[in-house]
Amino acid sequence: MTYKIVASQCTSCSACEAECPNVAISEKNGTFVINPKKCTECIGYFDVPQCVAVCPVDNTCVIDNSYPRYQPSA
Amino acid sequence: MDDSRSFDTYEAEPASPQLDDIMQKIAEHKGCGTSGGSGKASCGSGAGSGDMPQEIWDKVKNHPCYSEEAHHHYARMHVAVAPACNIQCNYCNRKYDCANESRPGVVSEKLSPEQAAKKVLAVASAIPQMTVLGIAGPGDPLANPGKTFKTFELISEAAPDIKLCLSTNGLALPDHVETIKKFNVDHVTITINMTDPDIGAEIYPWVFWKHKRVTGKEAAKILTDRQLQGLEMLTANGILCKVNSVMIPGVNDDHLVTVNREVKSRGAFLHNIMPLISSPEHGTVFGLNGQRGPSAQELKALQDSCEGEMNMMRHCRQCRADAVGLLGEDRSAEFTTDKIMEMEVNYDLSARQAYQEKVEEERQAKVAARNAELETLAGANADIKILVAVATKGSGRINEHFGHATEFQVYELSSSGAKFVGHRRVDLYCQGGYGEDDALETVIRAINDCHAVFVAKIGHCPKDDLIKAGIDPVDQYAYEFIEQSAISYFKDYLARVSSGEIAHVARGDADIRQGAFVAVDA
Repeated sequence: MTYKIVASQCTSCSACEAECPNVAISEKNGTFVINPKKCTECIGYFDVPQCVAVCPVDNTCVIDNSYPRYQPSA
Repeated sequence: MDDSRSFDTYEAEPASPQLDDIMQKIAEHKGCGTSGGSGKASCGSGAGSGDMPQEIWDKVKNHPCYSEEAHHHYARMHVAVAPACNIQCNYCNRKYDCANESRPGVVSEKLSPEQAAKKVLAVASAIPQMTVLGIAGPGDPLANPGKTFKTFELISEAAPDIKLCLSTNGLALPDHVETIKKFNVDHVTITINMTDPDIGAEIYPWVFWKHKRVTGKEAAKILTDRQLQGLEMLTANGILCKVNSVMIPGVNDDHLVTVNREVKSRGAFLHNIMPLISSPEHGTVFGLNGQRGPSAQELKALQDSCEGEMNMMRHCRQCRADAVGLLGEDRSAEFTTDKIMEMEVNYDLSARQAYQEKVEEERQAKVAARNAELETLAGANADIKILVAVATKGSGRINEHFGHATEFQVYELSSSGAKFVGHRRVDLYCQGGYGEDDALETVIRAINDCHAVFVAKIGHCPKDDLIKAGIDPVDQYAYEFIEQSAISYFKDYLARVSSGEIAHVARGDADIRQGAFVAVDA
């Protein structure tokens, strides 16, 4: 799994971009997107995914179940 | 004891007391600096340096947001380079931009630092009295430090005469004081709504701190500690600090007197208490909960009760994060990104300076005229205060048609002179969307606490309706200086009261129009 941003909820405030420890978030067509290849769900970095923690709009950064759970490399 | 304090009681004045009671003999003229109490504070951020140290006065005298008097003559602009925010306020809904610091319902056009720098040069070339650039959001400038300081860097290189300032919630402030110093930012505004975490928990649902979302009292404690620490660090470094507070009736209204004392003791030089904006359609927590904003009288009473402590700001328009022009005149629509990018910019420093010299001449003429008129009021012996509303487009003159006014500036007249106490936004009388009669009713509600309204021109119909509502429409001072005219009017008013021609009657309360200042194509 990774996190994704619900475009219809996103206010494009950019608060998440600077907080992502993996530099996985960028602006695309006026809204922000998470690169699933880079998202680690913040496992091993923080207790809570930083995009979720900083996002001012509830239920905007959510889990994307279409990807397998991130596995920290051994 | 200083008897000038008794002048604060006009609201409680009986309707028609004996002439002897209302015309109280007070021998000496109470002007700037000669009396303590209420007389002192009216001068601080007003026309003269008053009780302000000279070095602070030198910094603020041409700053429209800091000097009430300068806001008639100098313009400022904001650039919206800082969208991200690190706290949530119950009076703000991120989905519709920040309701209290910029126009609700419209997402500001985000700018890159390069676009912002070009915009500043274009505006400064078109508006020579533009002397101040601020970064105030739509998020928090210090939650976007890269964009904020890059913008300052570009502008300080291209237009070194423009003063830089920024507005912050203070959470990240202590980390950036060194950088603020480095870029010569000499004006910082911190929004401080509480110093008591119990009250803070009702205003702030969360803050984002050390990579965690913190809620409740703990969040408010972190915020207030960081704000006060940042304020102390700035003033210790000689950086001028203003404090903004949002007045939320029933939540922090009584507490703001304590906030005022706390920030004054840490060196803040000006306190701006703003009314809460909480229309339900803005979708803020307060708006949806039915939390009301203060009335004009409640706001003024709180500002007056803080005034003995420090200078109070009364001319704040709660401008948009991309406002351009004089306060009360938003020209941002002329300077959208598309238009700016096509503009050819010729930044001519000497032309700007020549223009500003002319502004200074006009300004000095205004002060001289005011002082001369005030002389004739010396020895006036009334214990009466009245409010008057003024239609003005700037330059300190009564130069706007009643029907073209989108706001009125309110002055309190007493035997100390004319003191600016606030402004009232109104819908355009000439273009009222609900028919002219309704528009006039909203104008009357907005200035219902005033005895008179000064205009450059006014039609017969509104004139009659104003008289019916008990407000005297005055057009005899068209295009003359506001303060000089107001003092002259007040002298005449006192003469009519003492001759028994009219009875002095206290007026009622007035509405504060919801929403930040909005540009209108008149």
